[in-house]
Amino acid sequence: MRPIPFIISAILTLALIYALDRNWGSIPPMGRFLSPQQGFWQNAESVDGSRDETIKVQGLKGEVKVYMDDRLVPHVFAQHDEDAYFVQGYLHAKYRLWQMETQVIFAAGRLSEKFGNDPRYINLDRETRRTGMVYAAENALKEMEADPVTKATCDAYTAGVNAYINSLSVSELPLEYKLLNYKPEPWSNLKIALFLKQMSRTLANYAPDLAYSATKPAFSFDELMLIDPQVPDSLVPIIPKGTVFDSAGVVPVTPASADSLYFGTKDSSAAYESFYQTDPNNGSNNWVVSGTMTSSGSPILCNDPHLELSFPSIWYEIQLTTPNFSVYGVSFPGAPSVIIGFNDHIAWGVTNSQRDVKDYYEIQYKDDSRKEYWFNGKWEPTQLRVDTIRIRDGETLYDTVAYTVFGPVLYDNSFAKPIAGGKAIAVRWAAHDPSNEGLTFYLLNRAKNYEDYVEAISHFTCPGQNFVFASKQGDIALWQQGRFPARWYGQGMYVMPGMDSSYMWQGYIPMNENPHAHTDSGYLQSANQRPVDETYPYFIPGSYINARGVAISRYLDTMQQITPEKMQLLQNNNYSVFGEAARELLLRYVQIDRLDEDAHRYLQMVREWDLFADPQSKGATVYQCWFDSLEAKVWRDEWMQKGLAYIDKEGKDSFVVDFPDEQTLLEWANRDPMFKYVDDINTPQTETLEDVVTAALLNATKQLKQLESENRLEWTKFKDPTIYHLLRDALMPFARKIPVGGWNNTINATTRSHGPSWRMVVHLTADTEAYGVYPGGQSGNAGSPFYDNMVDHWTNGKYYRLWMMKENETTDSRVIATLTFTNS
Amino acid sequence: MKFVLTILLTATLGFIAGKFLPWWSIALVAFVVALGIPQSVGRGFLAGFLGIFLLWGLTALWIDITNQSILSHKIAQLLPLGGSSILLIIVTALIGGLTGGFAAMAGSSLRARR
Repeated sequence: MRPIPFIISAILTLALIYALDRNWGSIPPMGRFLSPQQGFWQNAESVDGSRDETIKVQGLKGEVKVYMDDRLVPHVFAQHDEDAYFVQGYLHAKYRLWQMETQVIFAAGRLSEKFGNDPRYINLDRETRRTGMVYAAENALKEMEADPVTKATCDAYTAGVNAYINSLSVSELPLEYKLLNYKPEPWSNLKIALFLKQMSRTLANYAPDLAYSATKPAFSFDELMLIDPQVPDSLVPIIPKGTVFDSAGVVPVTPASADSLYFGTKDSSAAYESFYQTDPNNGSNNWVVSGTMTSSGSPILCNDPHLELSFPSIWYEIQLTTPNFSVYGVSFPGAPSVIIGFNDHIAWGVTNSQRDVKDYYEIQYKDDSRKEYWFNGKWEPTQLRVDTIRIRDGETLYDTVAYTVFGPVLYDNSFAKPIAGGKAIAVRWAAHDPSNEGLTFYLLNRAKNYEDYVEAISHFTCPGQNFVFASKQGDIALWQQGRFPARWYGQGMYVMPGMDSSYMWQGYIPMNENPHAHTDSGYLQSANQRPVDETYPYFIPGSYINARGVAISRYLDTMQQITPEKMQLLQNNNYSVFGEAARELLLRYVQIDRLDEDAHRYLQMVREWDLFADPQSKGATVYQCWFDSLEAKVWRDEWMQKGLAYIDKEGKDSFVVDFPDEQTLLEWANRDPMFKYVDDINTPQTETLEDVVTAALLNATKQLKQLESENRLEWTKFKDPTIYHLLRDALMPFARKIPVGGWNNTINATTRSHGPSWRMVVHLTADTEAYGVYPGGQSGNAGSPFYDNMVDHWTNGKYYRLWMMKENETTDSRVIATLTFTNS
Repeated sequence: MKFVLTILLTATLGFIAGKFLPWWSIALVAFVVALGIPQSVGRGFLAGFLGIFLLWGLTALWIDITNQSILSHKIAQLLPLGGSSILLIIVTALIGGLTGGFAAMAGSSLRARR
């Protein structure tokens, strides 16, 4: 033995192994990560290798065959319904496990457990829990498991997910686990419920209450309703104008104290910090044209849900076929069934209702113990729930949350936020109520006609959706479905008093009074606009988006002999009806003699703009910068003065309340060019609309010159649309730039990292002719050729023919692999 | 000849061990092989290093060819190696090689006579 070399080399070896087997901050364990037999190299799939597999599992009732087509879309053939869901769960996990788990980790307020000891994660986790996300999922789970069909479906799905997780070796772990150095945990039915509640948080989280309470010192309620008008002048509602509504079946009573205790109080805080808000661009288009408008005489149904564009995509395409049903469409990794799609009888799709189903109540605790609160004239006990927040590389945090008759107390002294002004604020949210939305999709997958569709959506409570429908019998329909509170005028726009029951929700709008239409001629459309005109007998605030509905109906009004190709073009249409009206305003009021040479040039570009927000359009960029600048000129001075906006530590504008919608500015200026916000209150003279429109162009000119010098005047270079990996900036090599046009007010609603997450056109001919595409790929693995293979097609506005495969087509050239599932 | 055999034995056993054991099994293998085959400490290091360098390098290279560099190109931007797949394969081989080399050196020096 040579002791000195031995000791030195032995120590070096052990030190090397130690250092390479643990993560250093965000650097993964490099030995493990680089090992070609276990690390990331194992995720580098062979491009041309065989994908055939025989998979032995436990818990199947029979054999299941899965035929993978050339886009890696699985066509699942099972003899028993449960087996189909088992395999759906298995496939979701096989291709999207890390995504599935991460979505649920976020929904359950467990980010800090996986991603580390970072105050931002811990704060967000506490906010998630205190909003009642886990509470909501538990309530939903009880309801789901009380229904035998849903329970069997979820049990099979969960068993399928777990069968895959249990089969995983270290080398087969999805890449993200290797990068972040943790392992997947077992799946459960509660996680399905959590995922569905996450959709409510994405789509039914709109609640202006806290922000609008902060406007009380500045605006009366009537003034607030001018800033947030309920019915835009240019509204094209889902239910055509002029439709006669029945009088309200539920008539809510305004509390006697409302003027003094609700509308009239002015003691709100103004200090603000951003809290979790969902993207206001979450929206969608759907429309359906009946056979009277198509060249074939059969209806065509179209849907494109607008969500965050990410890798992996929120959607996973699949066909499920059993002796009882056969359905094709997109599913959510994390839940059984097809969410948007078609079967051999009907097609359906969804857009978001945008309705406000979340309210805040001010709670009066007896003391700091939070054990009792004042309600209906006496001290009532709260239920204290201890949330255990585990923290990676940190000490576990126990957060005690008080639950009241309204719901959980989001903010109080144990979790104080400036926006709450030191008050205790409880959340009442429709997503808290027991519900079983999964049953809707289970039934839609099997629906044969309108009656089946109505029965299916009757189970849907939150997030309220516009369910579009068409059948091969030729009828079309559109329902705004959900359980919506029947509000008295003004209810829920501000934080409400929580000292008695008089401000609680008094009832729900009966389903048959939800806006709906069923016809066999013409067309129906929805695009997140207010569903009805002002004659609808309920007060229905929401975060409505106006322009796309106007554009869709304008195009459809002029179309005939419609084909699926025409509908595909319409889904990709970049025409800006808002820009059309806004440009008129700008050109009418701009004072040309006050412009310098550059401003003149930009003015000319706006004049010549064809009103399409196409990728190469420079006019679109110039117009947008001009209008954005106008908005700031009109609102910013008042907003700053009233404390609704302020300059933050970084010198940027921050908002307690966002500026009014662009539609509001346009319509107000058209109605009354002298409206009071036009004046810049910081100058002695009184500005006119001419002054601010001109000043806005001069202001935008500076920005535009800068953009031009950076060669970023083309619309797509200006907005720089990107599909990010779910880990965002941490994994930029996994992202893709997408040179696309569109904006949130055009039918092709692609913004910076948000847009049509799935485009589908279904022609309900005898042999269904369907098309679809999403910006991603079926595999969540960045080492797979199917990770992003559909992005270019989507970017170019192209579609894939969707193949409802028949069992005798197994030798079709589109089949690239067969997976056989048998019991071990 | 013995030198080449040592390299091949280290690589082969390392490959088999890698199928069942964690990544650091390469160190075990290199150590045991060096303990079993008498050689100088310096040649021991070199044999262990080359055995694992070749094992990891060639395995990574083979995977990268069948994968058409889809993943290595992304990881090589992340690490950051300028997106170069070849550089990433070399770094992979070096990390494995060094671990194997020092472990083999420990084996050789334990066996060596003074």
